[in-house]
Amino acid sequence: MCLAIPVKVIELRAADQALVDVGGVRKEIDVSLVEGVQTGDYVILHVGFAINRLDEAEAQKTLAMLREMGVQPEAAA
Amino acid sequence: MKYVDEFRDGTVARQLAQTIAAEVDPERRYHLMEFCGGHTHAISRYGLRDLLPEEIHFIHGPGCPVCVLPIGRIDSAIELARDHGVILCSYGDTLRVPASGRMSLLRAKAEGADIRMVYSSADALKIARENPGREVVFFAIGFETTTPPTAVALRQARAEGLKNFSVFANHVLTPSAIQNILESPEVRSLGTIPLDGFIGPSHVSTIIGSRPYEFFAEEFQKPVVIAGFEPLDVLQSVLMLVRQLNEGRAEVENQFCRAVTREGNQKAQALVAEVFELRDRFEWRGLGEVPYSALRIREAFRDLDAEHRFGLEYRSVPDHKACECGTILRGLKQPQDCKVFGTVCTPDNPLGSCMVSAEGACAAHYTYGQFKNVPIAEVS
Amino acid sequence: MSAPADTGSGTAVKRGYIRPLDFKNGKVEMAHGGGGRAMAQLIDELFQPAFDNPWLRQANDQALLGRPEGRIVMATDSHVVSPLFFPGGDIGSLSVHGTINDVATSGARPLWLAAGFILEEGFPLGELKRIVDSMAAAARAAGVAIVTGDTKVVERGHGDGVFITTTGVGVVPEGITISGDRARPGDRILVSGFLGDHGVAIMSLRENLSFSTNIVSDSAALHELIADMIRAAPDLHCLRDPTRGGLASTLNEIARQSGVGMAIRETDIPVREEVEAACELLGLDPLYVANEGKVVAICPPECAEALLAAMQAHPLGRDAAIIGEVIEDPHGFVQMETTFGGRRNVDWLSGEQLPRIC
Repeated sequence: MCLAIPVKVIELRAADQALVDVGGVRKEIDVSLVEGVQTGDYVILHVGFAINRLDEAEAQKTLAMLREMGVQPEAAA
Repeated sequence: MKYVDEFRDGTVARQLAQTIAAEVDPERRYHLMEFCGGHTHAISRYGLRDLLPEEIHFIHGPGCPVCVLPIGRIDSAIELARDHGVILCSYGDTLRVPASGRMSLLRAKAEGADIRMVYSSADALKIARENPGREVVFFAIGFETTTPPTAVALRQARAEGLKNFSVFANHVLTPSAIQNILESPEVRSLGTIPLDGFIGPSHVSTIIGSRPYEFFAEEFQKPVVIAGFEPLDVLQSVLMLVRQLNEGRAEVENQFCRAVTREGNQKAQALVAEVFELRDRFEWRGLGEVPYSALRIREAFRDLDAEHRFGLEYRSVPDHKACECGTILRGLKQPQDCKVFGTVCTPDNPLGSCMVSAEGACAAHYTYGQFKNVPIAEVS
Repeated sequence: MSAPADTGSGTAVKRGYIRPLDFKNGKVEMAHGGGGRAMAQLIDELFQPAFDNPWLRQANDQALLGRPEGRIVMATDSHVVSPLFFPGGDIGSLSVHGTINDVATSGARPLWLAAGFILEEGFPLGELKRIVDSMAAAARAAGVAIVTGDTKVVERGHGDGVFITTTGVGVVPEGITISGDRARPGDRILVSGFLGDHGVAIMSLRENLSFSTNIVSDSAALHELIADMIRAAPDLHCLRDPTRGGLASTLNEIARQSGVGMAIRETDIPVREEVEAACELLGLDPLYVANEGKVVAICPPECAEALLAAMQAHPLGRDAAIIGEVIEDPHGFVQMETTFGGRRNVDWLSGEQLPRIC
């Protein structure tokens, strides 16, 4: 629904805060909504909060599928 | 930006579009409702319609929480700032929504009300801490994605014993809205509005999971594909829906598997359940009263509920007579069908909420898609 | 336009101020705008030494400028930026650059500036000095003198610390006609570099935002870059700096003035990665974000390559790019080919761009 963006956690801070980075921009956000956030994790940022973790393996799978879907043999007809 | 740029690859997009074009049945139309302001925005901003075959029709559903907020609720927010002298903290999207008497939060601010834009419920808490002598109210709106941040703020306010903070809660629920649309006579019995499938909202689904949509697929026999946020996600989801429809399936598929699971974010769900409960009914702009479609603050946190603290009374206000937002939100009409679209009702002078929010169907069409069929002379 | 002769008689008299201005702890008072001794001291000890030039030394209410060669161009701007100090500049340097650029985008060589200050009672003199020194440095670097000015003080609560109005005068040589109504179908559209830096640098400081980036305002005086551009492409049709409202607003303005449409390509528009990311975070479109050191140029197609080369050869135009063409369109739309090959409208900004949550 809303404006949300995947960001990388660079540093965990007190009181459920974390410093995240996206494209070189850094911001401190609240990570209390996501269980067990670690440095290096990717989370989805929305209105100043991490709302979920991004599964990197799944992301890679989706990307692979996307590229593959574009060149299905039966679609070439 | 990682996990963003890759999902905006133009070359892959064009290939996907070709696959879709190859697989659509030229004898039929595919009416797909997208239910997420982010998707409306992605479709317009990347010009996805230009890429897709004409058999694909997008219908914009009521997925924009700003667009479905009734006038009466904005009036209450203005009342809080103007008559009760609170510091009203609001997300940017809501500031320009037109309310009664040609008012809006922005106009009220210009007239002296203390209305401040915030990016986060945490900002509102900060303002409350910094202004102990003033009442601070957070104007909370949004679907299930935005509700957990409000819940966190309420719990924090309680934990800190903040006496001057309260929340004016207007959180609404996605499944109820979908149900309302699917049960409308035009869709269910009359069939006047063909609706073949849903592009499910991305971020709402990270919180609620894919499970709630299973009911719709089953009961109404409409396929749902939960789509990620980026244009490639939308395209892939369109392909998945086309395949389901071609094969006569009506299932819930999850394209956004990098962030959505069947169960969703249970920690966030629990936090919300601790602080909020269902309202019997709630008025949605354009849909009228919808049962069990919104949340209110629980008894245990009632002292932090602005409606309670300030004795707010809700007054329902009908839309402008010429405004077609209601029908547009339900997918019954297109922006161009509205008599005042682009003439009296423009982004600079919005009559209804579909024109105010950047994701509103009318605003998106006006800003990005209008007159795009003007022929462009070839420049050598 | 020779400078007035420095007779030496008016400037060496001791004014007899009881004590010098306190730049450490002093604040602006109503008296500083009152026309009396306090105001005279503010001029003597702050403005005049900072901007120092023969006109100001004369201490008149006006500057006698003489008769320049060429057609006279004048421009004026009021600056109300908040915060007053930001990465890459402050309201002082911004005001000097802004007006120099407004004059220069007509093809004129900027000659003189006037500066009017509206100060809020209680504003720290130390901060005022920083701003004034910054203006002086910017003007000196650009080779333009601040020849006259004015100061007023408003009561506390009636201003944002400082408002500055600058007016600039320059001269355009014969044969140069650069105007917003000269864009013609077939013309090429160029920008001088990365867009959105200034707006994002400012927003990074606003109260509600808390991210630290390496984004710095691009505030700069463009007259020398523009002079190079005109030398390379004397038949340049339009020049404008995309300040408030960004590139999109500038293109829409010119399209309307000229009665044409425009077709630009998203892939060719230079935007830094951090600016993209910051805009994503805020729900803003970089096309609408302010720039203070960039110029949009529209030229006949045969000049485009030479113009681009001249821009890229100058430090302020290193990242210049051709981003599109002017087209026939009675509706005057600015259309953009997206990275996907689809097309979208780039409309006028409505109201102020407000960051979104959804």
